[in-house]
Amino acid sequence: MNDKISQIIKKYNKDKSQLVSILQDLQAEYNYLPRKELEKLSKKLDIPLSQIYSMATFFKAFSLKERGKHIINVCLGTACHVRGADLILESLERQLQIKRGETTADRKFTLESVNCMGCCATGPVVKIDDEYFGHMTNDKVEPMLKNIQ
Amino acid sequence: MPRKIRSPEELKKLQIELGRKANNGKVKISVCNGTACRPYGSNPVVQAFKSEIEKRGIFDKVDFRITGCHGFCERGPVAVIEPGNIFYQKIRTEDVPEIIDKTVLNNQVLDRLLFKDPEYKGAIEKLSEVGFYKHQNRILLGNNIKIDPTNIEDYIAIGGYSALAKALFDLSPEQIIDMVKQSGLRGRGGAGFPTGAKWESCKKAPGDIKYVIVNADEGDPGAYANEGLLTGNPHCVLEGLIIGAYAIGSHQGYIYVRNEYPLALKHITIAIDEARKIGLLGDNILGSGFNFNVRINRGGGAFVCGESTALMASLEGKPGEPRAKYIHTVERGLWDRPSDLNNVETWANIPLIINNGPEWFASIGTKGNTGTKIFSLTGKVNNTGLVEVPLGMKLRDIIFNIGGGIRNNKKFKAVQTGGPSGGCIPERLLDLPVNFDELTKAGSMMGSGGMIVMDEDNCMVDVARYFLTFLEEESCGKCVPCREGIRRMRQILNDICEGNGQESDIDLLKELSNHLKDSSLCALGSSAPNPVLTTIEYFLDEYKAHIIDKKCPAGVCKQLIRFFIIDEKCPGCGLCVKTCPTGAIKFMGKKKPVVLDQSKCIKCRTCYDICKMGAVGIE
Repeated sequence: MNDKISQIIKKYNKDKSQLVSILQDLQAEYNYLPRKELEKLSKKLDIPLSQIYSMATFFKAFSLKERGKHIINVCLGTACHVRGADLILESLERQLQIKRGETTADRKFTLESVNCMGCCATGPVVKIDDEYFGHMTNDKVEPMLKNIQ
Repeated sequence: MPRKIRSPEELKKLQIELGRKANNGKVKISVCNGTACRPYGSNPVVQAFKSEIEKRGIFDKVDFRITGCHGFCERGPVAVIEPGNIFYQKIRTEDVPEIIDKTVLNNQVLDRLLFKDPEYKGAIEKLSEVGFYKHQNRILLGNNIKIDPTNIEDYIAIGGYSALAKALFDLSPEQIIDMVKQSGLRGRGGAGFPTGAKWESCKKAPGDIKYVIVNADEGDPGAYANEGLLTGNPHCVLEGLIIGAYAIGSHQGYIYVRNEYPLALKHITIAIDEARKIGLLGDNILGSGFNFNVRINRGGGAFVCGESTALMASLEGKPGEPRAKYIHTVERGLWDRPSDLNNVETWANIPLIINNGPEWFASIGTKGNTGTKIFSLTGKVNNTGLVEVPLGMKLRDIIFNIGGGIRNNKKFKAVQTGGPSGGCIPERLLDLPVNFDELTKAGSMMGSGGMIVMDEDNCMVDVARYFLTFLEEESCGKCVPCREGIRRMRQILNDICEGNGQESDIDLLKELSNHLKDSSLCALGSSAPNPVLTTIEYFLDEYKAHIIDKKCPAGVCKQLIRFFIIDEKCPGCGLCVKTCPTGAIKFMGKKKPVVLDQSKCIKCRTCYDICKMGAVGIE
């Protein structure tokens, strides 16, 4: 009973209403929600797998696909939009040769977007893992990616 | 960490003790390490201060404090040094040793780190005299500078939790509700429902078990007022919540925080933990016999969960779908029990009302719209950041006095308030007093306090399309008008932006808008038309230019514009050649204008942004 999923469930006292938090912890562990783990969760919490999938697909924060080593989040909030956030996203898509929501073939980067990160004053903002990059412009994209590599 | 406090007298004693400790004659440095200062590198600056103080061993001379948001995010990383109220901005790690040497140890002010207001000649030394701060009334945000949000002692030292002690020992629940009613406080989440009346209904609703909930699911893109408050001063929200719980008769509270706010989540978690250890949460709070517990729930990145019934569904572990509100949540909410849900900022106002009295609160703002409101002033304005002003201040004053006007001397076009449920307000309405009723009358709304300023380079049709694209993604899909209506409206706007619009589209958009308003299940759908209707009403010319002339006057909509080189202005420096991602620009030799190949141009705007000579044009 000492596997990761049991530990997470224990942390929430097996409380079914904490499903979102449980899924979040699970995702933090694996970077995505692996089907095998969701099946285990379904059994342990006695919740139908369909219901768990219903939650996992309803909320944007969850990914059912394996993600890359680094998660790139482009903020597409209004404040970032009016300062050209979509052009930054396009630039990232071009340079990484993937679309939003996809992972590079070498599994290094996953490109995602978010609707606001709460640092609107510095928009357009890109977040890579835990690091924030403010006042983004197209010409800053390449050096930013190089630094991560 | 102080030991458990068992009575209001012990709290008072601790307050005096901590106050004395804070009054130690040391120089006090408060450095902002809020979410918005981090992209500017506030983390390394904080580390530099720590190691510099340690290296010199000057703990007896200086109190260093890491705080949440100071508000003036545009100028981050920022710091305030007391005594003197010295405001330093755009601090780099290299500046830190000099700040310690000169300002902390030798009382000298560093001119180059001061804010230079274009309005005045020279630099401004004091925070209170900087235009951005001078015109505000920061009854909530002002405390952010004074406290380390991860240390409950700081909050107690400035009088924190004395309102709770007063509420528990000197006031009856009815008296508290009366005070909140008299204060005129209206819900800060957007709709502006009177808070006191909501509490009263919840208190009167039959049932032994009741819940109080903090809505910190600030999903409105472009608004971060709640984030600033929860990250910078989590205890004021918690104190308000405990007071509300006592007044309503609830023993269990929930705080629903957006998962995209990791720092807010961390700080409120620490706050709850500390409050519990010290006896301000849990059983027999302050020896009053009142019990109250709080649980934190993280959101899953769904905008609709800001809606009360959707949020409650999510708290129950279900997908965040709203329900029809024939029965109000104050009667049957979470787990079908009476539940009172208020926004972060609403809760944060409660301790102020209890401490200073409802008359004091009502004296701020205007009749029917009392108190202050925090706005996230962002977009094309010079001074972006979190601003707190009395309700009723004119939009013009917020944007031009506090915000310092429009960036790069461009022309103001519109200000968007209320997020995806709000609308765009044009220049001719700039003298509108900002309050719940006037914004609604103008076709917009207060929302959670987003205020996004747009200039002549923003296309209003594109903005309308942006919001509907957002709402289409965020619609939960439960009701047909919202799920299908928003999609159709977005498709029509897409057509217009791509030059495929028809003149009848405007009427069709209006007709669809009316259907959505009348028949959507929740406010996400019924307010979705606002961005479209306001832009049609105030910026019809732009729609017509797209539909009839097939032009985008702001130069935004890709299918309707092309980039070109203005030969007279181009010095042939080749900067654009190097940065063009598709090799569409050809170098023709030094001092000769470059040549742009339209067939290769993907309109990414890189050349336009990078050219310092203004030699790239859009038409």
